[in-house]
Amino acid sequence: MSMSSKSDGTSTFSKIFKVILIAGKYFCLALASFLSVVPIVVCLITAFKTPEEYASTSVMTLPQNWVYFQNFVTAWTKASMTKALINTTLILICVLAGSILFSSMLAYVLNRFKFRGNKVIRNLFLFATLIPGIATQVTVYQIMFQFGLIDSLVGYIILLLGSDVISIYIFLQFFENLSESLDESAILDGCTYFGVFFKILLPLTKPAIITVMILKGVATYNEYYMAQLYLQTKPLRQVVSTSLYVFTGPMGNQYNFICAGVIITIIPALIVFILCQKQIYNGLGAGSVKG
Amino acid sequence: MSTAESSVIHKWKRWRRGSGGQKTLVGITFLLAPLILLTIFTYLPFFKMVQFSFFDMRYIGKRIYVGFENYIEVFSRDDIFGSLKLSLYYMAGAVVQLCLALFFATILSFKTKGSAFFKGAIFFPFLVCGIAVGFIFKFFFTPGFVLDTMLSWIGFDTNNLPYWLQNVKINNIALVATSVWRYMGQNMVLFIGAIMSVDPNMYEAAEIDGANQWHKFFYIILPSIKTIVLLNLILSISGSLSAFEAPFVITKGAFGTATFFVMMDRMAHQSQKVGLASAMAVVLLMIIFVATIGQKLLFHYAFNDDKGISGISRKSLRSAEKRSRTVNGKRK
Repeated sequence: MSMSSKSDGTSTFSKIFKVILIAGKYFCLALASFLSVVPIVVCLITAFKTPEEYASTSVMTLPQNWVYFQNFVTAWTKASMTKALINTTLILICVLAGSILFSSMLAYVLNRFKFRGNKVIRNLFLFATLIPGIATQVTVYQIMFQFGLIDSLVGYIILLLGSDVISIYIFLQFFENLSESLDESAILDGCTYFGVFFKILLPLTKPAIITVMILKGVATYNEYYMAQLYLQTKPLRQVVSTSLYVFTGPMGNQYNFICAGVIITIIPALIVFILCQKQIYNGLGAGSVKG
Repeated sequence: MSTAESSVIHKWKRWRRGSGGQKTLVGITFLLAPLILLTIFTYLPFFKMVQFSFFDMRYIGKRIYVGFENYIEVFSRDDIFGSLKLSLYYMAGAVVQLCLALFFATILSFKTKGSAFFKGAIFFPFLVCGIAVGFIFKFFFTPGFVLDTMLSWIGFDTNNLPYWLQNVKINNIALVATSVWRYMGQNMVLFIGAIMSVDPNMYEAAEIDGANQWHKFFYIILPSIKTIVLLNLILSISGSLSAFEAPFVITKGAFGTATFFVMMDRMAHQSQKVGLASAMAVVLLMIIFVATIGQKLLFHYAFNDDKGISGISRKSLRSAEKRSRTVNGKRK
């Protein structure tokens, strides 16, 4: 009798404990999600406020009118977003195409051809990952200056292609898992090495290409340090990440416009995130080499 | 003469079509562009940096050889060498960030309603571009604005709250918090990936043996993702030395928030003291190299892992690749 009541006691206790644990878990998750989105959501709220509303209400009060788009229009024209979007799209296409082509070619040669210097080249790229990009900008700036590549989109694209180690590792990894019997039989059938690479192997690396596109795409879209250093003529050569710079200075506290600008730059990222969540998560796992 | 020439051409043509010749040609063409880029944008700047660090110079104009004077300045100027101390804030932030990431990765890898939403919400800040983060947090921390309003909800008196970005006692912590905000989700996604690659049979076996969630965490999850957690810890601690983004976009290094790289950027591009900035970069690189060698030794002796960092990342890469392939397989 006493035994059974005791076991009842522990089971109700463990049930309560379980409920508390589950409640705690959801509380933590909700709190973390809230803190993650609240800085952005407040920007969204502020972006919809009229100047009078912005001046008179607390930042956390919802706007009266959710279809007031004047701030977005002002931010779009002030920051010359059209030009910025065109430039960013151009840069993204060139950088992605270039970096996929270069790093897959390099990885192919390093993985399939045995030659003296193979190990040396691998180590040169490995060592390069240790050098933080910002550290070398002091002298890269001087080199760009000598080549006349400052304030030029082409120069900026070349620079982004040149600081590309992570894609090489993703392709190297991928080729390691691709069977060599494929190339061998193609060669026996009279295919050239060029042909093997472009017609047979490159189409097979699609998963690696997607990973590179995501990692490099996010990095390029968000890159702003080199953009503000090298692309100086505005608005002619500005990109999305530097377009908001126009709001520093005299407009520095007109947050209703600034927030609208911020939301505009976030929207493309949000769309891509919603469309390819899974690929982004997987891509990050693959890109963890660099941390 | 002409026959000799044609035989040379003939030989060249045969060589080009043959396997060895083809390999050499393809090899050279494929390696050329990446290697040129690597030389121009990584190694040439690296050697120039070492060279410049011994000169008093601007980008344009005369250079004066000054020996080790720039290095002496790096170590003796308090505003420069002292800025390295700020890395301690970022190191502490990195530890907090990884603990939080591990915590949320663990609870999200168990059955959770709405886990996709939580995961997405926590991860999304990673995709917001740097300048936007700067404005978002200038707005967030402005006195009487977002943070102050939220704190007043839970009972703080807004008049007693500090100026988050100006008060030297607290502004570095505020900046580190923004960095945690931005990157915690990324670590979390990484850890979730690692936890997912744990063999599910192990959970079943453990459940049969009567293990609860805590047991599962300590005896199955933690041991199997130990290396990736440690790797990330080491990477983010050494990354703290080069902390740059948060202070650069939010405060521009004002009010004692200038980290070493912010100082270096200021020296190079505002004061145009290229020699001094180069010396700063060289000093930091030396610290990073020493730290890297140290962590290799640590992995070698403490964990009997000969491969060190590269071995682990190869392993984690392979599992990630496998995961992405199964995803693609399912879709087909």
